[in-house]
Amino acid sequence: MKSNAVKDLLKHRLAWPVLALAALLLLNQIFRPDFLALRMQDGHLYGSLIDIMRNGAPTILIALGMTLVIATRGIDLSVGAVVAIAGAASCAYIAASPEPASPSTAAVAVLVAVAAALLLGAWNGFLVSTIGVQPIIATLVLMTAGRGIAQLITGGQIISVSNDHYKAIGAGYLFTLPVSILVTAAVFVATAVLTRRTALGTLIEAVGINPVASRLAGLRSRNIIWIVYVFSAVCAAIAGLMISSNVTAADANNAGLYIEMDAILAVVIGGTSLAGGRYTLVGTVVGAFIIQTLTTTVYTLGIPPEVTLVFKALVVIIVCLLQAPKARKLLGSFRPARQVVVKETPKEKVAA
Amino acid sequence: MNEIVPVVEMTGIAIGFPGVKALDGVDFRLFQGEVHALMGENGAGKSTLIKALTGVYTIDSGTITVLGERKSFTTPAESQAAGISTVYQEVNLCPNLTVEENIMLGREPRRGGKTGRGSIDWKAVRSRTREVLAGLHLDHVEPNSLLASHSIAVQQLIAIARSVEINAKVLILDEPTSSLDAEEVAQLFRVIRELRDKGVAILFVSHFLEQVYEISDRMTVLRNGKLVGEYMTRELSRMSLISKMIGKDMEALAELDNGPAKERTAADASAMPFIEAVGLGRKGSVSGIDLAINPGEVVGLAGLLGAGRTEIARLFFGADKADEGHLKVKGIQEKIRSPRTAIDKRIAFCSEDRKQEGLIGDLSVRDNLILAMQASKGWMRRVPRRVQDELVTEYIEALDIRPANPDALIKNLSGGNQQKVLLARWLVTEPGLLILDEPTRGIDIGAKTQIQKLVNQLAAKGMSILFISSELEEVLRVSDRIAIIKDREKLAEIHNNGVSVEDVMSVIAGGTQ
Amino acid sequence: MSALSTLAKPSTRKATQARTRLRASARYAPTLATVGLFLAMFAVGSGLYPSFLSGQVFLNLFIDNTFLIVLAVGMTFVILTGGIDLSVGAVVALSMMVAATLLQQGWNPAAVIVLVLVIGSGLGFLMGLVIQYFDIQPFIVTLAGMFLARGLCYVISLESIPVTEGFFTGMAQAQIPLPGELFISPGVVLALLIVAAAFFVLHHTRFGRTVYAIGGNEHSAMLMGLPVKGTKILVYALSGLCSAIAGILFSFYSLSGYSLAAQGMELDAIAAVVIGGTLLTGGTGYVLGSVVGVLVLGIVQTFIAYDGTLSSWWTKIVIGGLLLVFILLQRLFARKTA
Repeated sequence: MKSNAVKDLLKHRLAWPVLALAALLLLNQIFRPDFLALRMQDGHLYGSLIDIMRNGAPTILIALGMTLVIATRGIDLSVGAVVAIAGAASCAYIAASPEPASPSTAAVAVLVAVAAALLLGAWNGFLVSTIGVQPIIATLVLMTAGRGIAQLITGGQIISVSNDHYKAIGAGYLFTLPVSILVTAAVFVATAVLTRRTALGTLIEAVGINPVASRLAGLRSRNIIWIVYVFSAVCAAIAGLMISSNVTAADANNAGLYIEMDAILAVVIGGTSLAGGRYTLVGTVVGAFIIQTLTTTVYTLGIPPEVTLVFKALVVIIVCLLQAPKARKLLGSFRPARQVVVKETPKEKVAA
Repeated sequence: MNEIVPVVEMTGIAIGFPGVKALDGVDFRLFQGEVHALMGENGAGKSTLIKALTGVYTIDSGTITVLGERKSFTTPAESQAAGISTVYQEVNLCPNLTVEENIMLGREPRRGGKTGRGSIDWKAVRSRTREVLAGLHLDHVEPNSLLASHSIAVQQLIAIARSVEINAKVLILDEPTSSLDAEEVAQLFRVIRELRDKGVAILFVSHFLEQVYEISDRMTVLRNGKLVGEYMTRELSRMSLISKMIGKDMEALAELDNGPAKERTAADASAMPFIEAVGLGRKGSVSGIDLAINPGEVVGLAGLLGAGRTEIARLFFGADKADEGHLKVKGIQEKIRSPRTAIDKRIAFCSEDRKQEGLIGDLSVRDNLILAMQASKGWMRRVPRRVQDELVTEYIEALDIRPANPDALIKNLSGGNQQKVLLARWLVTEPGLLILDEPTRGIDIGAKTQIQKLVNQLAAKGMSILFISSELEEVLRVSDRIAIIKDREKLAEIHNNGVSVEDVMSVIAGGTQ
Repeated sequence: MSALSTLAKPSTRKATQARTRLRASARYAPTLATVGLFLAMFAVGSGLYPSFLSGQVFLNLFIDNTFLIVLAVGMTFVILTGGIDLSVGAVVALSMMVAATLLQQGWNPAAVIVLVLVIGSGLGFLMGLVIQYFDIQPFIVTLAGMFLARGLCYVISLESIPVTEGFFTGMAQAQIPLPGELFISPGVVLALLIVAAAFFVLHHTRFGRTVYAIGGNEHSAMLMGLPVKGTKILVYALSGLCSAIAGILFSFYSLSGYSLAAQGMELDAIAAVVIGGTLLTGGTGYVLGSVVGVLVLGIVQTFIAYDGTLSSWWTKIVIGGLLLVFILLQRLFARKTA
């Protein structure tokens, strides 16, 4: 009976990601007994956990948007470029403004970045839903051109700004916590509410699970696809604001470089399938934490930081193999199953 | 009796998938120089048998002998090496390559003699292709034209050319005529006959009864994965073929047909039909369909599989766009361009393919049940949880859906309960016309009768219903009027007052009326 | 009857031949558009800057992009099967790092080159195996491969390692004179040889035709009895091999190994292939088109270098724009033939 309860728990889609995260945290705690400790200093909370959350905030944000895109069977490669454009646009605005230090300038700068994201997201959505270009190709266009556009905005320079209000987004504190963590938490809650309080989440999943049946049920998938790409771009823009505000500068070349890959990984590790369908926002957050904690672990264990990427590669390979039906079949029972049917049965069994 | 050794002999073939026995001890023989038709309704095991012979599936038990040699195929390549070649319904060639490449792929003549592993000798490819094409009266096809630039009919013939090129002893044609017009069929048959006369053994699968009688010499009938028998075509009447396929002999059919299960609505000529199709059709699908359904009336579509029943349903629902004729809803001509517009006109469609076209497998019963209603409202106006609960509880109870758990994933329900959820999905939208395509296929008897009863209740409330089923008894039991479909056209329309299964079958078998 | 049909034949055959020729040219249209674009850009450049119109400017496009040409060749194979390889840039960097490190330790250059080629194709082969046997999307597998290769670079060294070995420096400086006081580098010759070999393999061997067949319809290719599995794995191994060769060529060019080298080069390679007229859905395209694609990317850069007032980021924007135009063109063609 007891073992059954454990088994059921292990069957939960979040079980493995959460276990992996717990194991990583435990590993750190063993090697550094003060790892999980939080301490208060000057009214701010400090500690490794806070660092992990703060450093992981941009990835989490982008991964949230990416989750919805992937749920519709899509992918958004352009988010890194959107990060760069958002940072560039807002910093360029502040730098050019007559009152570069005023709160209203910072507010408008944020609006500029979000407006740019709306435009860029709508562009991706247009290519995917109206023109019918494969998502990976459609977003490749903006991935390539986007960084150029960001550099065009910054004039190829790193634009430094000094606006304390703007700086607060990435580096400030509120209620003892870093603002970036609060913003990310707010976006997470907003996403959850947006998708689960309306019918959006269900319809996104329906389109991702069975586009044909969704069409025959009268669903307008075009609008849904449009929404998820716009949302993904907005998340990327907020992450871009965070990154640029943290260093009070816009670096069109390096801001958000390869962040799309991290975000996609976070989604996949969190348990949302690249094939679309059911998604889990919590899983995505856990996935992003795993990636971030991995980096921290490497430091804690005293492994040279340059090995992080190799580590990451191994984790990706292992997680993907664990989720691949074929590999599961090999690892699990060796019951003879007919190839044709294999496609559906193991998935149902393990995912349930 | 038959002293000639069959080219292909399959004995006691069994293939099972988890939970299903697709083939159960089937014997099959194919002789040189004959056209042999493989007959059976959907799920009879025709395509499984073909796939066993072509190495796509491996058999669980039984033997396959080709030209006197025992074989066990595990890949299509092995089957082809044994001289068996297949042309599938959805032409399995590469549209991005040229005709000559498609014919010669994998067997291109190479430089360096017979054992040469050198480069492809394109000149030899070209001349060999021309030779093969000429043999099939395809001289007008340029070897270096793209496959995709040719009609489906020509592509079929090119696929056959590929088989001819490898000197196939056995040619399997799986539904080759389903998207061809009459002239193209004639051309195909000419080629088939010539190949037969050259000694090729041809296995022909088609849903078109008349074509089977025109081209085949012998037939094997399967039903529910079992062998019914092997017959000479000229000795088997259309009537007895149909009864062997459906699995009931004439007397049993007559007995089963215990009269209509409900009071028939009197045909009221003055009533305004809820929906009326005028000359509705689509290229490569059905053509010239006239059909009107009054409020409160159940119209059944009868016809063999592949006759065009589903195609008609899809045109009514806008799942496919009609390119001839039009639809009138309540007397007003409407353009039904997509399922969305059809639903807005209060038309609902329950597809025959539950899995691909109905279920959202990974979502709950509740989400699936509410989906069409939610889609109409748009994503922003979520159907309130309270309303959801009311509707879901109501329909779970009314349709006796089990388990009665709204949050169970629909993929974990039995077929019958899945079907009821899909029915409920449409019922909550309160449609004026409900199209049911094979609503009782693959579900147990209990659920079946429940659904049939429900159809009558709905009609009594004034709903128009278009009912499609392969089971004639069922069509007769629920319908007020029956439209008989054959070979993509409407053959006849009869009022269901004391009509028997036999009557309907004789209309279908009769060829022309 | 036969007399009749032979009588009727010539005229109809001529007509159909003409039609086929038209259709055939439509098949080359995307690639021809790229060639046209290249010529137009060259013409405009020559009109604006007198020194643009020279053989050496044209040859420099090759000299400066040898590694990209080789990468694009490998990528063309992968994309023709309907796959994608994101690892190529990282494998280039890894190849450079391995080469630079071993040369520093005094290895024989020939042994170094062989080892690098083995590592590159081995990595590709492994990725192919995972893609084929575990049915995981190429995108994810090669992304992991990219992280792995880039990570291994960091493990080897974070610093840039100079290459001072004689053969490599010799190759870096070597020039092969051509008539008219023009010259090319040995790398160009190698790259062009690889292009020629790839062209031959794709169009004159069964392996090559299988690559196209898989891209056209993998299921059909399987039913036709073609060796689909092996071909798919081999294609990734080939791409890995090309990445390793590109790494060696890049070493000749830059005379160093640096773990951050070739960042984003996978995107350049993909862009070159797409601009060269290869469909990302697979099955259609030419390796020569990809070479022209690389030249277009090169000329965009040359253009911007010549102009002086235009900044370097315009390269990315223009490449993105070109990608867009060609993707839309491909959609248009796909709709027409469908």
